[in-house]
Formats: sequence, structure tokens, C-alpha cells
Amino acid sequence: MSEPIGEVKTTKEARVIDRNETKGEEGKHKYSIIVPTYNERLNIALIVYLIFKHLRDVDFEIIVVDDGSPDGTQEIVKQLQHLYGEDRILLRARAKKLGLGTAYIHGLKHATGDFVVIMDADLSHHPKYLPSFIKKQLETNASIVTGTRYVKGGGVHGWNLMRKLTSRGANVLAQTLLWPGVSDLTGSFRLYKKSVLEDVISSCVSKGYVFQMEMIVRATRKGYHIEEVPITFVDRVFGTSKLGGSEIVEYLKGLVYLLLTT
Amino acid sequence: MKHIVKILSLLVAISAFWIGLLQAAIVPRSYTWLLPIYFVVSLGCYDLLMVGIGLMQFPTCPQEAVLLQQDIAEAKDFFKHKGVDVGSD
Repeated sequence: MSEPIGEVKTTKEARVIDRNETKGEEGKHKYSIIVPTYNERLNIALIVYLIFKHLRDVDFEIIVVDDGSPDGTQEIVKQLQHLYGEDRILLRARAKKLGLGTAYIHGLKHATGDFVVIMDADLSHHPKYLPSFIKKQLETNASIVTGTRYVKGGGVHGWNLMRKLTSRGANVLAQTLLWPGVSDLTGSFRLYKKSVLEDVISSCVSKGYVFQMEMIVRATRKGYHIEEVPITFVDRVFGTSKLGGSEIVEYLKGLVYLLLTT
Repeated sequence: MKHIVKILSLLVAISAFWIGLLQAAIVPRSYTWLLPIYFVVSLGCYDLLMVGIGLMQFPTCPQEAVLLQQDIAEAKDFFKHKGVDVGSD
């Protein structure tokens, strides 16, 4: 694993960021929604439609970070730009598949909002929850609002018993070892204050879903105020991808890494 | 401080307590020797219990799949009228 880039803020600095940003003006917030895509020709259009539907009175921009999809995702995004405006939908593509963490960093560079939302492009994350994220953040002035599938009001559809068992077992193990302070560690539907995301992401080096875990655990360690909102997760790809032995090994390795280095 | 340091300090504190118990012999030594095993086993049982409870209470949302299909149909319809070719999945 390579060295983390950039400066790592201390816990005290993290608390200062929390406090300073209460002094911001109420109601003058802009939300940058970063959506990494790869072969999501249909889904990206659906997501854009749903975001516009559910965020009517909110100032936001959608940043699509496409990794050179061969299925025409970028062409669709350009059509959407004609429909909704190039100031609302930003296409910031990359040449090839370069990984999720770097996709967020790339999107962050082009984000002009004071808040950043990250979400998946495959419609497992439904934009109808965006207002509840925003509301929770405004009520509590949290630095991070993370969606959780595992509490009442949330839920998962499309998982069989085995998948639920591994999910639950993995979660309990992570809770026992890491004391993360959130109920859903691997979730990737989150709202961050922009400065907080920049700080946390610069100190994360993992890949895949361990990256999502690392982000939230590092944020907890740095003392950032984290709130949760229930979300529902409709998994439409589960049937096609199995959770195999190698993924379990990767997960355990990730847990040990986080145990020792955070 | 790092999390691992916190955990190790906790383990050291528990071990010190255990050694203290051994030396003071308030509780018969034969029991005290087995305490660490009891501790690990209880922790394991607790975790298994949490997995079981979590599994039983696992929140599901079958109605969300239906709602999602409705949203998808609505969006496809919208784009058809606007002339955006979204093709099919």
C-alpha cells in the first residue's frame, strides 16, 4: 500500500472545521453530487432525472466521473447536459478505469459546492433520500451524514440469506474490532462537508469497499461529527456477482489494516 | 491515540486485574486461571448473538423494488418525450 498523499489534519483541527462552518450562511449551500460511472448508460439518465425530481429547491451540480465507458455513457451525459444545462451537469471523464478513490478525488477537484454527496450510479442509491441527508446535516451541523441500510426505516432488497449473513457477520466483526461509531461501514451513500472530504480522502489508501470503510473510520478517529440516516438499498446486480472467498479475505485484510493503522 | 493502542491498553488493564486476582486469591485460583477463557468465550457468544439478532431483524424493503420500477418507467417516459435516447438496459 502506498503512502497517503497530502496533509493529515489532527483531531483538534477537525473540531475547528466543525465549529467554523456553523458560521456559514443559512440556506446558501450548494451540493456537488459526484457519481462515478462505468457502463451506466441507462442508469445515469435515470439518476439525473430522479435527482432533479427530488431536489427542486436546492442549488446543486452533478459531477459525472466516467472512466471511458465503451457503452456510450458519455454521449448520454452530453444529451442530458443539453437538456438540463452544463452548469448543472458536469462531465469530467477519465481515459480508463482508474478506481473509486481516485474518481472521488478527480470529482472533488471540479466541485464548486460547499457540500459533496457521493453515490453509486447503479440506482442502488435512490436520490429520493437526498433531501433527508441535507435536512439531517442542516439540523445537526454534522460534518458527514452517512446512509445506513441496517436500521429501522432502512433496508435491503435483493439479498438472499447467505448474503445477509455475511453482511451481518462482517458488520459485527468490524464493530467489535474497530468501534467505528456508525452502523453501516461499507455504505457509500454519503454527504460530506467539502473540506472534510478533502481532509479524509487525502489520508486513505485502500481500494474498493475497504476504501469506504477506511473513510468513515478515519473520519471517526479524527473526531468529525457523523450522523446517520436510514436508506433503502435495492441491489439489482447481486444475482450476477457472487461474494466469493477472495472477497472475504480482502475484507479481513482490510479490517486488520484498519485496526492497526487508524 | 491510535485505536490499536486503546485496545492494547484495555487488554493490559484487564490482564493486570487478572494477575491481581491470581495473587490476592480472593477467588479460588482454579477459577481465576480459567477467567481469560471465559472472557473470550463470552465475547464470542455475544458476537454470535448479535449476528443472529441482526439476521432476524434484518430490515428488508421489497416494496422499494416496485417503487424503483415505477420511477424508472416515469423517467424513461420523460426522456422519450424530450427526445433523449436512453435505449434499454
